[in-house]
Amino acid sequence: MNIILKDIKDFHRIDVYESNGGYSALKKALKEMSPDDVTNEVKASNLRGRGGACFPTGLKWTFMPKNSDKPKYLCCNGDESEPGSFKDREIFERNPHQFIEGVLLACYAMGIKAAYVYIRGEYYKWINLLQTAIDDAYKKGYIGKNILGTDFSTDIYIHRGAGAYICGEESALMNSIEGKRGYPRVKPPFPAAFGLWGCPTTINNIETLANVPEIIRNGAEWFSKIGAPKHPGTLLFGVSGHVNKPGVYELPTGTPLMTIINDVCGGMLDGKEIKMVIPGGSSMPPLTKEECLKANMDNESLKEFGSSIGTAGVMVMNEDTDLLKVLIRISKFYYHESCGQCTPCREGTGWLYRVLKRIDSGKGRLSDLDLLTSVAQNIEGNTICALGDAAAWPVKWTIKKFRSEFEKKIPKENIDVPVLNKVHSLR
Amino acid sequence: MQLFNEEELKKVEEIKSHYPSSQAVLLPVLWMVQEKEGWISPDSMRYVGGLLDVAYEHILGVVTFYTMFNKQPRGKYHMQICTNVSCMLRGGYELYNYVSEKLGIKNNETTPDGMFTIEEVECLGSCATAPMMQVNNREYYENLDTSKMDVLLDEFKKHFTTEDTEITEKS
Repeated sequence: MNIILKDIKDFHRIDVYESNGGYSALKKALKEMSPDDVTNEVKASNLRGRGGACFPTGLKWTFMPKNSDKPKYLCCNGDESEPGSFKDREIFERNPHQFIEGVLLACYAMGIKAAYVYIRGEYYKWINLLQTAIDDAYKKGYIGKNILGTDFSTDIYIHRGAGAYICGEESALMNSIEGKRGYPRVKPPFPAAFGLWGCPTTINNIETLANVPEIIRNGAEWFSKIGAPKHPGTLLFGVSGHVNKPGVYELPTGTPLMTIINDVCGGMLDGKEIKMVIPGGSSMPPLTKEECLKANMDNESLKEFGSSIGTAGVMVMNEDTDLLKVLIRISKFYYHESCGQCTPCREGTGWLYRVLKRIDSGKGRLSDLDLLTSVAQNIEGNTICALGDAAAWPVKWTIKKFRSEFEKKIPKENIDVPVLNKVHSLR
Repeated sequence: MQLFNEEELKKVEEIKSHYPSSQAVLLPVLWMVQEKEGWISPDSMRYVGGLLDVAYEHILGVVTFYTMFNKQPRGKYHMQICTNVSCMLRGGYELYNYVSEKLGIKNNETTPDGMFTIEEVECLGSCATAPMMQVNNREYYENLDTSKMDVLLDEFKKHFTTEDTEITEKS
């Protein structure tokens, strides 16, 4: 079942896309449907955002004010900086026109005149690929003034980021488009009320928008029957790490994790055992081997294991992996990427990184594991944006689920040092 | 200081038409400066400030916030090697340490001849083809190992010296 990454040669070209039913959803919507019909169809399909929060897309669209004297904007989030996530570049490369069609449908549904596609600065090649696709669509009259002879007009612009993970957060992304430092904004006001330049704004993930044309073409009912009922559709799973065939695979939601690892990705590298799997990009809590056997890859199922689907970036680690080293690297990332606005995150991420480094250098104490958990819990929920949570979860949950691994790293003479501040971990 | 020529100024005007405020043009224009100069100097920041009517202090804040904007000149080949988790699992650190030792430079340092700069960077979204590196914020080199890296380094060196002689011949 491929909704986005179709196996058709040269599908990225506009003529091939058109001859395979491309832009028919836009034509259908402009001819037969009112903007509200489009929103309702997306709402009925139960499409959820693919950026990690799994927020219902149709519902998000209804938050946009109908009668606004200010211009409205759409931001398409292609910042894709979550470690382990690399799905959007596949869309830009293999099916850019379906994404563009999705943007146009979203603009039509919400009465938007300008859409900004925010793409991370490192994706130089993919920015050029998408720009070519946009130029082609302009030439054919799908974007611009009076699209297909109607009075609907929209422009699509690419905005190149410059290497900041935090700009994937929706309000930081808007600040970045406005030419400012990528600081997340305090919410409320939410973007639908006060977004880009203070105007109503909706932010959607690239993959989310790429799903929309197929929903309009085939109907909400068709879409809602694919995959897991509460989280329907397909996901672009980006599998990396110790598997034989890492890559991006489009599969229905709710596919068992072991099917992905064994059948789709050709099994574990060198036939080794699994130690840990991060199911949705580095900020999601990890799964143990036993949990992997039971886990289905949709948001509801992963909730049972305290994790979440995130951006569906699956990182597989084998039995030889040093989890302390992994955690140090993850913490270093968030320490580096914290924007510095909120004290818990700015200071806490540094604490997590340094305490983990101390354990690695052989000077760790048993109380350090509790200290790490305590610091993580004090970051979580106490920051403006979700970067704080993203930094705290992997540390908190990896220590909780793999505590013995970390205890092994503590030198024997430091084991019996009494815990002075009586901080108890989740154990 | 007149950094941009006629053509580039026209391009700035064109980008301005995409946004309702001139401050929003800042990131695209800073990219233009970096592509032209290789880095963003305080003088170029002042020039951009005059061009867009944005305060120098604001621009300095923006340039220092985004890691891809170079605050100092880089080598001709700015090698950005990913060491984040997916690359680390597949030997990203081995690759980074190998290059660092071979060239005799550490993170964010440039070789004395101005050829190479190396930088340890965060995830570049190429996790299935790890380990990998990006050169000069553009080209991706994926599925690397130390022997492939040797070939690449030799190629870069060859390119570097021939380009240099071309320039001297022209002048």
